[in-house]
Amino acid sequence: MFITYLRRELAGRRRQTAIIAIGMALAIALVMIVSSVSSGVRDAQASVLDSVYGVGTDLTVSEEPAAPAEGEAAGPGRFEFGADAGTTEGDSTAISQSRLTAGFGASTFDASALETVQGIDGVSAASATLALTNTTFEGELPDFAQRVEGGPSDEVAEGGEAGGPPAGGFDGAGGSAFDVNSFSVLGLDPAAAAVGPLSSVELDEGRGLEASDAGQAVAVLDASYATSAELAVGDTIDVGGTEFEIVGTVTSTSADAATAADVYIPLDLAQQIAGLDGQVSDIYVQAESADRIDAVQADLEEALPDATVSTQADLAASVSGSLATASSLIANLGLWLSLAVLVAAFLIAILFTIQGVTRRTREFGTLKAIGWSNRRIVGQVTGESLVQGLIGGAAGLALGLAGIWVVNFIAPTLGGSAGDGAAPGVLAAGPQGGDGATAGGPFGGRLDTAAATEVVLNAPVTVSVIAIAIGLAVLGGLLAGAIGGWRAARLRPAEALRSVA
Amino acid sequence: MYRLEHVSKTYTQSKRQVAALKDVSLTIPSGQLVAIQGPTGGGKSTLLQMLGALDRPSTGSITLGESELSHLPDRKLGGIRAKEIGFVFQGFNLIPTLTAQENVETALEPLGVSGEERRRRALAALASVSLADRAGHVPGELSGGQQQRVAIARALVKEPEVLLADEPTGNLDEETRDEIMDLLEGLWRDRGLTLVIVTHDSAIAKRAERRLHIKNGTVTER
Ligand SMILES: Nc1ncnc2c1ncn2[C@@H]1O[C@H](COP(=O)(O)OP(=O)(O)OP(=O)(O)O)[C@@H](O)[C@H]1O
Ligand SMILES: [Mg+2]
Repeated sequence: MFITYLRRELAGRRRQTAIIAIGMALAIALVMIVSSVSSGVRDAQASVLDSVYGVGTDLTVSEEPAAPAEGEAAGPGRFEFGADAGTTEGDSTAISQSRLTAGFGASTFDASALETVQGIDGVSAASATLALTNTTFEGELPDFAQRVEGGPSDEVAEGGEAGGPPAGGFDGAGGSAFDVNSFSVLGLDPAAAAVGPLSSVELDEGRGLEASDAGQAVAVLDASYATSAELAVGDTIDVGGTEFEIVGTVTSTSADAATAADVYIPLDLAQQIAGLDGQVSDIYVQAESADRIDAVQADLEEALPDATVSTQADLAASVSGSLATASSLIANLGLWLSLAVLVAAFLIAILFTIQGVTRRTREFGTLKAIGWSNRRIVGQVTGESLVQGLIGGAAGLALGLAGIWVVNFIAPTLGGSAGDGAAPGVLAAGPQGGDGATAGGPFGGRLDTAAATEVVLNAPVTVSVIAIAIGLAVLGGLLAGAIGGWRAARLRPAEALRSVA
Repeated sequence: MYRLEHVSKTYTQSKRQVAALKDVSLTIPSGQLVAIQGPTGGGKSTLLQMLGALDRPSTGSITLGESELSHLPDRKLGGIRAKEIGFVFQGFNLIPTLTAQENVETALEPLGVSGEERRRRALAALASVSLADRAGHVPGELSGGQQQRVAIARALVKEPEVLLADEPTGNLDEETRDEIMDLLEGLWRDRGLTLVIVTHDSAIAKRAERRLHIKNGTVTER
């Protein structure tokens, strides 16, 4: 009887059933698409973050740069060339100098913080890194020594023959030319690859850094940097004036992402060459479990009052670019739009159900008069609403899956870069300049500001997306049914005798 | 069958009190055919609601068989309606989306009769009102008289003690009216029902064993 009655009712009220189902379907499809796209955006953010901070990094510890103290240089410092610097060839002197300095805007702090971090409850692994920028100043100068060789100046004046225009330089006429190249360098503990930037890389060629590399002048290069700088395993690279042997190249595990730095070298050497003994710039922390992250963050902040402790969520907020736009669009517009449509659909379902019960006052009164219990009638009304909701849910599921398919078919590409974004050096220079991987530029910011990544948005159809659809359909149906049923329960059986047809 | 003692029913309608029944005392023996007449607003339907356990009196007591109806909870009243009382309404009150047979079956639903037995009894009830061939039709496909016959089948399928009819012929033309009255009278005679019919029609009332008149909530015998 329940089924027959329900089926007959819904079939007899096709238009109302259709309106309720369409409203529910639209709302459910929208919620599905929004939640799928937003989890796609989250995945994209995570892959950007993974490429920068490494897989498994739950927290990072760094320090806000303080304003430079009086008398201290703010930038990477000066290149100073002594009188006999460079090598002279003919009329020109070629000079070249590499300096390894802390990344612009980065602040270093004492490495003892690492022990503090490792001592905190709930920390399963931690490793410290030193983010540096290597800047090479290269140029050609006219050979100023010529003039000295020509003899004392009064002789020149008298002789009149040696006082010609200067020769040499890059144009052979006494001009000068300079190049400023830079690449990012990350000093890391070769023994601690489990957590940190190198945990999200994959070996391309050669080998990675090993525990025995501590103190050795060996380097691992980002594969795309190695290609653009025309370097290969076995070559050497000048880092801050020291020749490093290239032992391997790495690529990011996430599709299009660049790795965190161009050159990876052992931490102790990096500290030594940069003159930052016992200093680090970032500590990567892995928590024992996800639910301890907040507690670990609080403990870290207490133990290291000067430090900035960021969780993955904080880091996600630092992802900028079209990814950030997409994420905020989804978070704001998408959420509110789908909520509004959902509320509207629920209201439509509720109002139509109430209207239906009101119209059927005499019908329900009659059923009560012939002995139907309140529960039986409430069940009937709720059952009808539930089925209407489920019809809408099924249609919404189909519509939502189609919408998600369309999103994935279009597959929009989102760009994102992690970090504080505003890298000051917009003057792209150097071999890698402008390839996007280190868009920070020559003086370009800290390593983590320098990674820009292109991610293709993939909206996943997860169990939770489907559960949301079914859950909302059931919820909408039950809500409308409960309210309609409550109205029906309050009807008096004597309503059956009301003469108006 | 029924014993009413000092039954009053007062409706409160936006602070105004309407006394629909005033101190009504009467008994209806089992198997009696009673006609209730009276002017509109006199309290006929209200009395029928009291007899039908659709509502409780404001004061006084109503006894149906062994049950004292005035203080029973809703659930118990529903059980009594389901088992012992059949209703026929002026407006037929069939479920428009269900077929004639399914409408008849709704009366067996609260009794827990299901499946084949329910179908068989519903068809038998329809046959007793000569509508076996219309079992699969929905009310919209039936004439007024046929709809009322379906309603009568629904009221009788559970084999109640009492049949209460509130102007069962009020919406029907003269010919059909006689047809329905003949049917009700026949069923009453054959089954030994207690039949209470509210009617405006004196011709119908004349066929009853006993005639009650209600005016301003007060019952008088005719
Ligand atoms: N639910 C109610 N609330 C308030 N007043 C009511 C209610 N039901 C009936 N009444 C009032 O009680 C009085 C008796 O009504 P009742 O329906 O019993 O009259 P009736 O004799 O059946 O009239 P009719 O011949 O028009 O059907 C009327 O004045 C009516 O307005
Ligand atoms: Mg009436």
